Order: sequence, then C-alpha cells, then structure tokens
Amino acid sequence: MSAVVDLQPIAPASADELSSAACFHCGEPLNGSTLTARVRGRDEPVCCAGCLAVAELIASAGLDDFYRFRDTPSARPETDIDDVWTAYERPQVAERFLKRSGEISAVALLIEGLRCAACSWLIDKVLCRTPGVRRVDINAATAHAYVEFDAARINLGQLLRTIAQLGYRPYPASDDALARVHQEERRAGLKRLMLSAFGMMQVMMFAVAEYAAHLGGETIAPEMSRYFRLVSMLVATPVMVYAGRPFFINAWNSLRARTIGMDVPVSTALLLAFAASTWNTFVGHGEVYFDSVTMFVFFLTLGRFVEMTVRHRATGLTEALTRHLPATAHRVRDGIIEDVPTAALACGDVILVRTGETVPADGVIVDGETALDEALLTGESTPVRRTIDDNVAAGTLNVLAPIRVRVTALGERTLIAGIVALLQRAQAQKPAIALAADRAASKFLRYVLLAAGAVCATWLALDPTRAFPATLAVLVVACPCAFALAMPAALAAATSALARNGVLVARPDAIEALAKIDRVIFDKTGTLTRGDVQLERCLPLGTQSTEECLRIAVALESMSEHPIARAFAQVHSDASALPTVTDVRVVAGLGIEGCIDGRRYRIGRADFVAALRGTSVELHEQDATLATVVLGDETQALAQFTFSDALRDDAPQAIEALRALNIEAEILSGDVPAVVRRTAERCGIATFEARQSPEQKLARVQTLQATGATVAMIGDGINDAPVLGAANVSVAMGRGAALALAAADIVLVGEQLSALPRAIRTAQRTMRIARQNLIWSATYNFCALPLAAVGLVPPWLAAIGMSLSSVAVVLNAMRVGNAATPEKYARKSGNPRAASISRPRSATSSS
Amino acid sequence: MSILFILVPLSLVLVVFGAWAFFWAVGNGQFDDLETPAWEILVEERDKIEK
Repeated sequence: MSAVVDLQPIAPASADELSSAACFHCGEPLNGSTLTARVRGRDEPVCCAGCLAVAELIASAGLDDFYRFRDTPSARPETDIDDVWTAYERPQVAERFLKRSGEISAVALLIEGLRCAACSWLIDKVLCRTPGVRRVDINAATAHAYVEFDAARINLGQLLRTIAQLGYRPYPASDDALARVHQEERRAGLKRLMLSAFGMMQVMMFAVAEYAAHLGGETIAPEMSRYFRLVSMLVATPVMVYAGRPFFINAWNSLRARTIGMDVPVSTALLLAFAASTWNTFVGHGEVYFDSVTMFVFFLTLGRFVEMTVRHRATGLTEALTRHLPATAHRVRDGIIEDVPTAALACGDVILVRTGETVPADGVIVDGETALDEALLTGESTPVRRTIDDNVAAGTLNVLAPIRVRVTALGERTLIAGIVALLQRAQAQKPAIALAADRAASKFLRYVLLAAGAVCATWLALDPTRAFPATLAVLVVACPCAFALAMPAALAAATSALARNGVLVARPDAIEALAKIDRVIFDKTGTLTRGDVQLERCLPLGTQSTEECLRIAVALESMSEHPIARAFAQVHSDASALPTVTDVRVVAGLGIEGCIDGRRYRIGRADFVAALRGTSVELHEQDATLATVVLGDETQALAQFTFSDALRDDAPQAIEALRALNIEAEILSGDVPAVVRRTAERCGIATFEARQSPEQKLARVQTLQATGATVAMIGDGINDAPVLGAANVSVAMGRGAALALAAADIVLVGEQLSALPRAIRTAQRTMRIARQNLIWSATYNFCALPLAAVGLVPPWLAAIGMSLSSVAVVLNAMRVGNAATPEKYARKSGNPRAASISRPRSATSSS
Repeated sequence: MSILFILVPLSLVLVVFGAWAFFWAVGNGQFDDLETPAWEILVEERDKIEK
C-alpha cells in the first residue's frame, strides 16, 4: 500500500546568509535568499526568482510608483504558472467567456490578489500598454475587471498570462449576469433618489413661502399663490411618475395577490393626495399637498436604497467561494495529458491531479493513492488518505502524490457548489425576528385601512370639509414604515459594522442569538491554535548529535509536502546545505525512506521506522498521533521529534475579554488529553474535555442548553455539522478553507479570535438598539393615529412625522456601527488587556 | 415680485439641467466605483492608452 512520489528538483537557494528581512515585493520572509531586484536605483531584497521577475518587470516598465502607493504587500507570483493559460488561447475555449461586437472582444475577469488601488493601477497600466487592448476598467473594491481587446492582435490566454505575470491570478467570469443586475438596480435607485430629492427641495421652497406667510399672519397675493401651486405640481409630477413608480407597482402586485403590503396605504395616500392637489390647483381653491407628496416619496426611496445596498453587499461572499476552484485541469486522453479549462471537462473524463493541486471536480480515484486536505469541506486540516475507488470532492487539496480521477460531477452539481447554494439561500432569507415584525406590520396595515375608512365616514357625517385631510393624515401618519424598518436597520448596521471588524454574518438570525450567548465552546483544532505544526523538541535517542539528526530529518522531509515536512522546512530553510537524498520512497500515512551517504534512513511513525531495523515496537498512544515522529536507520532509533500546534497570539486575550462579558469558555476536543490540557492551560480555560466524539460533543451542548445556557460553538468547519447545528450560534474561522463558512452562522475572516468578544458586544448593543427602535416606532404609530383621526394633524405634518420617525430609527441604528471600534470597547470595559487587542485587517470590508 | 415669474422658471431650467447631468453621470458609471478613482489623482499620468 505504498505510493511512490515523483520528485521535483529542489531549487537551490544561493547562499547561507540568513536574514529576517522581508521580500521587497511580496513581504514574505527572505529565508536566506540573496536575490536583489533593481528598483528606483536601489537594490531591493526579494525572496524568490518569481518576485525578482515581477519587481524588475514593474520597474523596467516605469511602473515603480506601484510600490509607493500600494497598502498591502503583493501576492507572491507562482513561477510555474505559465502553462495554465495556454488552454485559453484556443478560440473554442475562449469563446464561452467572451462577448463580441465586431472585431472587439470583451471579457469580465475576477482578479485574485488584487488588494488595493495600487494593484488595480498596476494592472491597468500594464494592460493598457499591451498591444491590442482597447479598454480596461478595474474596480478595486470588488476585484472585478472588464477588458475590451482586439481578438486579431491578442487572445484571451495571452491577456490572462500578462496579468498572471504580475503576480495576480485572473479568472474569466463566465456569468456576470448577477453583477450586471445589481449595477442596474443601483443606478436606477440612485436616479430615483436624486430626482425625488431635487423635487422635494424645489416644492419645499414654494411651500415654505406659504407657511411662513401664514405664520406671520400675512397672505400671499392670490395670483402668486396660484403660480406657486402650478409650479409645485409641475415639479411633483415627475417625482410621482418616476420615483414613485416602484411603490405603485408593488402595491398593485400585492393587491393582485390579494394581500396588503406596506406599499398599499403608501400608494393610496400618495395617489389621493396628488389627485386632490392637482384638482385643487386647477379649480383654484382648497389645500394642496405637493410638499407632503414629494417628501414622502423621497424618504421612502431613501429607505429602499439603503435596504438595497445592504442586500447587494452580501453577494461578494459567495463569489469568493466559487473562485476557489482551479480554472484549468489536466485531462488524460489516450495517454496524453492536456490542459483544459475546468469548464470544458465532461463527466467520465479522466483527469490528473498533481501533488499540491486542488481537485477541480468531484470524482472517483482510478489510479494512485494519496492524502487529501479536505479542510474546505470538513474543516479537518489533517489530510485524509484516499485510494482507488474512493470519492474525491472538488475543492480539496492533493497533498501527497499524483492521482488520476474519473470525473463524476462538475460545476453546479459538485458538493462545493451545493454548499455555496446553501449559503446563498441563507443570505436570501430574512431573520425570524424581522419576519415577525413584518407580520405585525401587515396586520397593523389592515387596521390602518379600516381606521382610515372609519375616519373618513365619521368626518363626512360631521364636517365634510375636514374629511379629506383627516383621512390623508391617518393614512400617512399610521404607515408602519418606521416599525418595519426598526429591525432591518439595526441588523444591517450591525452586519456592516461586524464585517468591518472581520466578522461575517452568514445567517441573519445569528446576531440575535449571539447577543444572548453565555457559553462559548471551542473545538480545538484550528480555533485556539494556528493550525500549522511547529517543531517543539528534538530528543536524540542514539549516538548521533541533535544537529546531525536534524540535518538528516530535514533532508528526508524535504521530499514531502506533508504539514510535518513543512514544519521541518521552517527549522532549516537552507536547501543547499542539505545532504543529497537518493532512492526516496514516500509511504502515505507512515513516513519517508531514503538513502543518505550510503546509509538507509526512515523517518515517520515509530513502527514504520522500527521495521527498517527488523524489530517491531508497541505504538504508544501519543506516537499514533501526528505529534511525534521518529528517525532511525537500519540499526537503531536516532531521534524523536515532538511537534505542537502554535497557539494563536490573541487567544488568551480573547478568553479574557469573554470572561469580562460573563461568558464561560470551554474546550471540547477530539484530541488526546495531554494536548488539550496544554492548550487549555495556555489560554486560561478551566473547563475542557479531550477525546470527544461528535456524539459526545452534541450531548454536551444539549446538556448545557437544557440547563438554560445559550451556546456558541466555534469550529473550523463542518466536520461537526450536528454539533454546529445544535449550538445556538456556530462560528467558523475562515482559514483559506473558505467553505468552512457553509455551515456556520458567523465567520471570523481575519482569523482573529479577539473579534469574537467584540462581535458579541456589537450584537448585544444591536439588540438593545433594535428594541428601542421597535418600542419607539410602535409608540409613535399608536399615539399619532388618534391625533390624526380627530383632525389635529395636517397632512404635511403627518408626512414630516412619518419621515422623522423613520429617520430617527435609521439614525439610532447607525449608532451600532459607531461603537464597533475596538478602542471604545477597551475604554468602556476598563480592561487594560482588552486594549491590546489588535485591530483586524481592514481587507474584509471591501469584499 | 413679478421678477419671480422669470426667476422661478429659470430655477426650474437649472434643476432640469442638474437632474439631466446627474442621470448622465449615473448612466455613465460615475457612481459605480467610489473607491479607486480617489487614488488615481496620486498617480502621474505618464501614458495614455493608444487608440
């Protein structure tokens, strides 16, 4: 059961000078590289040949301003990236991504690694200089680019390669329909908003003249008054027809569906007021309400615009997920391997997935045995062994050996696509609490219409001249807009405030639940720890020195891509000083065997190593885990290496901050007791349970909930789906494994644990403000309704009151965002340690 | 006060012009990306795209 890995030559690093400085281009540690790039007349250190090439390309093109304006280091270029783009050079492949008009082709691209305006500037400049490119539009906020080019002079593959050579990864977007719809929606909303604002200001100008005269006890000359009314009507008409249209359409649709929506009384009031005002303008006497009408339309449009903006923001997330799949695959046909775009694959095709590559489609292994990092799907960062006839899922990472896979599902039908669809559904649904408010508002609306009818009838009997204004006032004043806005406004403000702090809310109900949390359960792997393994101790067992053992171990491990191997590489990065290893064999799940200077060594699990010298050892409990690795030769065991998972820097502070909020933390881990205890001690967590099965975790969560606790479960994926589902709130750490988002209600994007207590504070504040909003708007509606009914509120005052109540609700909701900065928390809690919580990277807000 | 009979229509003409200008700007994508252009003034325009 062994898989022999085809080895790739190790690139020699040029010298042994060790430097802790960072690469000029990508910001990663130099790892002893002495390469320099000449930029702006200075020799700048770079970490690899790829960065050197990019830095010199940028400098030689006279684009070195890039380094002055960027705010984050650039993505490290992938040196062997070139052949991937060849597939896109073929017209039949490029066709599906291109839109043609005459000889000009256009393509929409998603550019991974585009992080700031300087990046977009760089790509823009380089593309503009490329012959054949006609037009480039880059949006740094969404990482989208739109390129028009002359297909006769440059093809899609060359275009993509040009971008890739700069160190970015472009993906042609085959379907940007959603983005276009959003753009249209936003543009239309902006136009309506601006038109109603213009109209409102104009009409108000004339109305104020009348009111001012009225207050001063004077009268305006009758012909001037008629003139003002005529002009007001002229201005109000386009506002009604253009900006008010969506409300009338909504009202009409809801009436046809035999329901009463929010827009029914709104439209009724608007149409009544506008019709009466127009009539009165022409007959020359009676009240006009053009000011109320335009103001009403403006505030309603403003509310809809804010709501739309929040809705659009949520879609960036799902797009990021779909970007995770590789754009091309290696298809094997008649023994020939060719690179084709993933989209061109068909079910039944056999593809080759090399070591270190992401599986592009769901399938079954037909040849080879490997370990797959399925963190994307399961959240488990330890690679899982997969052999012939095992299923593999798109999006998983092949860490060990090349495999051949027969494709069984593609694109929409893959597991990962299903999970994305789930997430989209979650984003589309309204939170339960907002739905309840909607239902209450719609019930209230029916009473409003009845009340308006009753008021009208009563006044007609008492004093017919006052019937119309009173009815109008009731319709406007009683519109539960503020009530319906109360919850969504607070939740929207919280969602965006949280996003700025690196916390993504995937399920809208989560904010409500998060506010009530009094117990947080950590699933150890990847949450409290960083998830990358570090060499902790080297214990020599035989005759050779620690250094000598380490040298052999690093040389052997340099043949593998396993997490342990990467830990060894960190210890010893200078590849040229290593002894040469020959006759290498990598045995999946057990270890590595190889010859150095004529002696045969094995490194890996104790029993695997002992087998080389012909003995067998009993596996200790701890040896069976990843934590220990033994090195041995044909005669003896040489050394034992112990590994540990590094604790996240902010874990202790985060636990401390949670405690300040009266929230208990505990660990439920599947790991061995020793590891769990150590982690718990280092973080300051008193309650912990090791070696927990998912069933036990579930039972524990349910027991806690039975005692009245509200539980947040923090995992790194969906491997504990039932547990995450049972918890009141599930939180995932968004570590590259973007799909961990799928099952979680909340995702910590910046991998900052300290964002969690901040999120809880924000959630608590949000719910407090939402409650204030609900109480205030309900009070307003119930108090204003009787006043309007008895005729004490003129329609213009009703419009102001209704608008102001909505504005008050929105302004109050915005306080959620104001308080979301960490500095304020630190001051408020008076906790000196909380002050040291670093601010998460701002990169999340733009996505 | 009869000056108003001239000034008010004049102001309406201005409003119509303003609204038209705004509509044109929105339709032309001026409000689609409010982030990137802010940076562009910092960069020297050394090369124009060849048409």
